[in-house]
Amino acid sequence: MIILKFIAAFGRYLDLMGKTFSLPERMRMFWRQYTKEMAQLGVDSIGIVLLISFFIGAVICIQIKVNIASSWMPAFTTGYTTREIMLLEFSSSIMCLILAGKVGSNVASEIGTMRVTQQIDALEIMGVNSASYLILPKILGLMTMIPFLVIFSIAAGLGGAYATTFAGIITMDELNIGFHYDFKQWFIWASIIKSVCYAFIISSVSCYHGYYVEGGSFDVGKASTNAVVSSSMLILFADIFLTPLLA
Amino acid sequence: MIEVKHLFKSFEDKDVLIDISTTFSPGKTNLIIGQSGSGKTVLMKNLVGLLRPTSGEVLYDGRDFVSMNKKERVLLRREMGMIFQSGALFDSISVLENVMFPLDMFSDMNEADRITRAKFCLDRVDLKGAEHKMPGELSGGMQKRVAIARAIALNPKYLFCDEPNSGLDPKTSLVIDELISGITHEFGMTTIINTHDMNSVMGIGENIIFIYKGRKEWQGTSGEIMTSTNEKLNNFIFASDLFRKIKEVNH
Repeated sequence: MIILKFIAAFGRYLDLMGKTFSLPERMRMFWRQYTKEMAQLGVDSIGIVLLISFFIGAVICIQIKVNIASSWMPAFTTGYTTREIMLLEFSSSIMCLILAGKVGSNVASEIGTMRVTQQIDALEIMGVNSASYLILPKILGLMTMIPFLVIFSIAAGLGGAYATTFAGIITMDELNIGFHYDFKQWFIWASIIKSVCYAFIISSVSCYHGYYVEGGSFDVGKASTNAVVSSSMLILFADIFLTPLLA
Repeated sequence: MIEVKHLFKSFEDKDVLIDISTTFSPGKTNLIIGQSGSGKTVLMKNLVGLLRPTSGEVLYDGRDFVSMNKKERVLLRREMGMIFQSGALFDSISVLENVMFPLDMFSDMNEADRITRAKFCLDRVDLKGAEHKMPGELSGGMQKRVAIARAIALNPKYLFCDEPNSGLDPKTSLVIDELISGITHEFGMTTIINTHDMNSVMGIGENIIFIYKGRKEWQGTSGEIMTSTNEKLNNFIFASDLFRKIKEVNH
């Protein structure tokens, strides 16, 4: 029964994506929506990304210095480990899990409210492909902005680690050696590629939950929760497959 | 003109519309009336294509909407305007942008012409000066008027109104009724109004279809309602003391 429900839901999701990825009816309307979504989903998320990344970067640095580094460990251990954690996992996967909460609930509740207040029906009656008009700019907008968010997150995380030097936990030289030790540029690209995949998951899955809402405000709330839970789970699953592929 | 021929609609085992055949004339206000749950909203959704009939035909000036492919349906929908019960205005954009939306999407006018046309439509519904307000800042009656302005922006041939007076006071309801009726006659549109507001029925009902338990029970004009002997229609229309007394006085 659960498998049948899953197959039916997956079929509806594919059907919605089929409707979504069609040529926009009016390019000027698409560009207007696309820039609006880039601002709403991407630019408006910069603050939370910087804040969380800065503190997590600082905390990772402190934890490693306090718990792992010792006179038997090389000097670069703390900086190197902090950098690798930020590059490989935090700034892509964990940051996208955070964005699944912020962006996912926002998208699902916005589209869900449009559904229950008949705004989507109004679009359909006008002859507008509502899926393409509403969902395509959201998916492409978030996928465009996510690489910038990843780079900001990496920078803020390393900045947070640097901030710990002012508390005397680690010296600037020690941290610098670690940050530069065995640096692989590919890890940044891998992080960006992963995050672009996650951006697709967050936006498309959240839109799916919002688009098929039936009922009222209670159901919009439920769809919003389901969007966050499903996106988070799918990001975790995708991480398992993408990590060895991009290693 | 819209013709409906032998329209049936079922949800799983439940028959909601049974063998509806009727004609909606152009340049007239056509009303669909009936109790809540009688099937009138389902009928309207079948007409505009939000639901697909189980069987039957819906002909728009001879073009069968039911058998059309997706592309043809989209093109035909551009000849339709619809006013929803809730107004269904896009709440993230201003009143002017709402009215401009169909023009932005489908017309080849330049921006200045689109703004002029949208302002003309807002002026037609007596909403001059509200262009830059957001839908949330408007009263229910004003929201309905914006919805009417948006619906007529592309000069549609067919106008659908789903309970346009729902949630409005009697005076505002009269304004909306007169507005819809005036626009219908002015532009020669085929207007279909879904309502259970008896003031609308008596005031602007030029062609009234009474739906009872999914079937077309009666069809006529507002004048003919007063003399009708159909028991089900009389029980519905003259359910209140006031209307019963009006009928007695008329007799």
